[in-house]
Amino acid sequence: MTQSLEINELTKTYGAVHALDKVSLSVAPGERVALLGHNGAGKSTLMKIILGLIPHDTGTVTVTGTTPGSVAARGATAYLPENVAFHPALTGLEQIRHYLRLRGERTDHAMDLLARVGLADAAKRRIGTYSKGMRQRVGLAQALIGKPRLLVLDEPTSGLDPVSRRDFYALLDGLAAEGAAILLSSHALTEVEARTDRLVILSAGVVVTQGALSDLRRQADLPVTVHVTARSGGKERLAEALPQGRMNGTGVNLRCAQSDKMATLARVSELGPLVTDIDVQPPSLEDIYSHFSRRDGQ
Amino acid sequence: MKRILATAATEFRIALRNRWVTIAVAMMALFAMVLSAAGSAPTGALGADRLSVTVASLTSLAVYLVPLVALLMSFDGVAGEVERGTLPLLLTYPVTRGEVLIGKLLAHLCVLTLAVGVGYAIAAVAAVAVDARAVQGVPALWRLLWSSVLLGAAFLCLGYALSSLSRRPAGAAGLAIGLWLIMIVLYDLGLLAALVADGGGWFTTQVFPWLLLANPADAFRLFNLAASEATAAAAGIGGAANAVPAWQALASVVIWPALALALAIAAFRKVTP
Repeated sequence: MTQSLEINELTKTYGAVHALDKVSLSVAPGERVALLGHNGAGKSTLMKIILGLIPHDTGTVTVTGTTPGSVAARGATAYLPENVAFHPALTGLEQIRHYLRLRGERTDHAMDLLARVGLADAAKRRIGTYSKGMRQRVGLAQALIGKPRLLVLDEPTSGLDPVSRRDFYALLDGLAAEGAAILLSSHALTEVEARTDRLVILSAGVVVTQGALSDLRRQADLPVTVHVTARSGGKERLAEALPQGRMNGTGVNLRCAQSDKMATLARVSELGPLVTDIDVQPPSLEDIYSHFSRRDGQ
Repeated sequence: MKRILATAATEFRIALRNRWVTIAVAMMALFAMVLSAAGSAPTGALGADRLSVTVASLTSLAVYLVPLVALLMSFDGVAGEVERGTLPLLLTYPVTRGEVLIGKLLAHLCVLTLAVGVGYAIAAVAAVAVDARAVQGVPALWRLLWSSVLLGAAFLCLGYALSSLSRRPAGAAGLAIGLWLIMIVLYDLGLLAALVADGGGWFTTQVFPWLLLANPADAFRLFNLAASEATAAAAGIGGAANAVPAWQALASVVIWPALALALAIAAFRKVTP
């Protein structure tokens, strides 16, 4: 199957700084891919190259089979920039109508687009009076114009409240189901985990890993935390029985590798009446993310 | 073409909301009224009809005012989009940079045409009201109108070029004022000084006419005064009208907007969003 977006060994330097170093990734039609990374990891640069806004040094980028920035590529691609902005003197409706005309679409469903992002009531107010979240929704409405085959969304949920975020991801699911490829960036792994098919972690311009969340979890192989709660008054004896653990308020904390998990639990259960409860905590999404996105030397 | 018109319609709406339409029309109307009132004295002595004299005065006014209004409207054209952060999104749409600029140009030209149209109409009505022969001056007024629009187009495009080069509205505003001072005020002063120093020599006969044609504002003035019977009513550099044939002045007035537009598009292409 032809990919909607195909990037091979892409390199971009600003002077001596490697903004992107041999980045390769692809997004298939209907696939939702999240691009994760710190500020300055190269997410926005990568997106601007995909959109043809800035040139790259070496490597190849193909957008729906054509060159980024070509008329065909621009016609097939929608973009939502980080902190999207519009002319404050226009109303939301006028702005969307303008974008519809630029894409050669009929303007009479501008109101439907705004209603889809929950802006029907504010459509006739000037954008200058909108909140950040409302501007973000105008940005989202314009990205929905004309059934794009590739959506490039730079931190699309910044400024949205939790309910709007859920609505936003529901919209994306619908678009992906219709065959649109989606590349979105985010700071937060917790937010994108359940809503994307694949994660790409970018650190200092390098793709450090990519795959589904379960793959990443396996690759990272971070220790599991087991919290053992002691019977009242038996904390000291428990600590003696589990010398590798660390005492805390109500009992003992153990950290063990995934592969040692069952053995550790068996040892704890042998302690019988000393223990009143066991809590097993898998590594959090934030732990996995910082494991991969750690910068060199840190 | 559809995309150009869409851009033009949106830009005109913005100009309307930003009060640019009101400001430009009010400014031209006010100056035209003042000129009509002040220009009533010298008519009889010249023997020309009242409107032709008014056209000569309006020409001198337009040389200053039209480039100024054009630069004020256009300096924000690209730099404003960069500063607001609206440019990256716009450039991911299937619209070329040339189309964006031509769309803006059309909208701003509409505003300018409206402003000079209203201003000149007021002057014409005032002239005809007091002098029935003034109707003879209508062709001169019409010529002034369309050549003013061409002059405005040249300076609008120069404004976009400066806007693209500076990328910040404050910087672009400074450059625009600087350009106006140099091309409209200092250029003529410099030419006059050179003429006086040269005393009718090689510079006056060979170089001077070309220098007049090289500046769209001077070419505009020459074209209107050369074509008008009221040349005698004009002062200063305008007295040189006979040094250059009218068709050459017209060619300069027509070529400049095209040249400036090409320059503006080239400068806009260099802007990285």
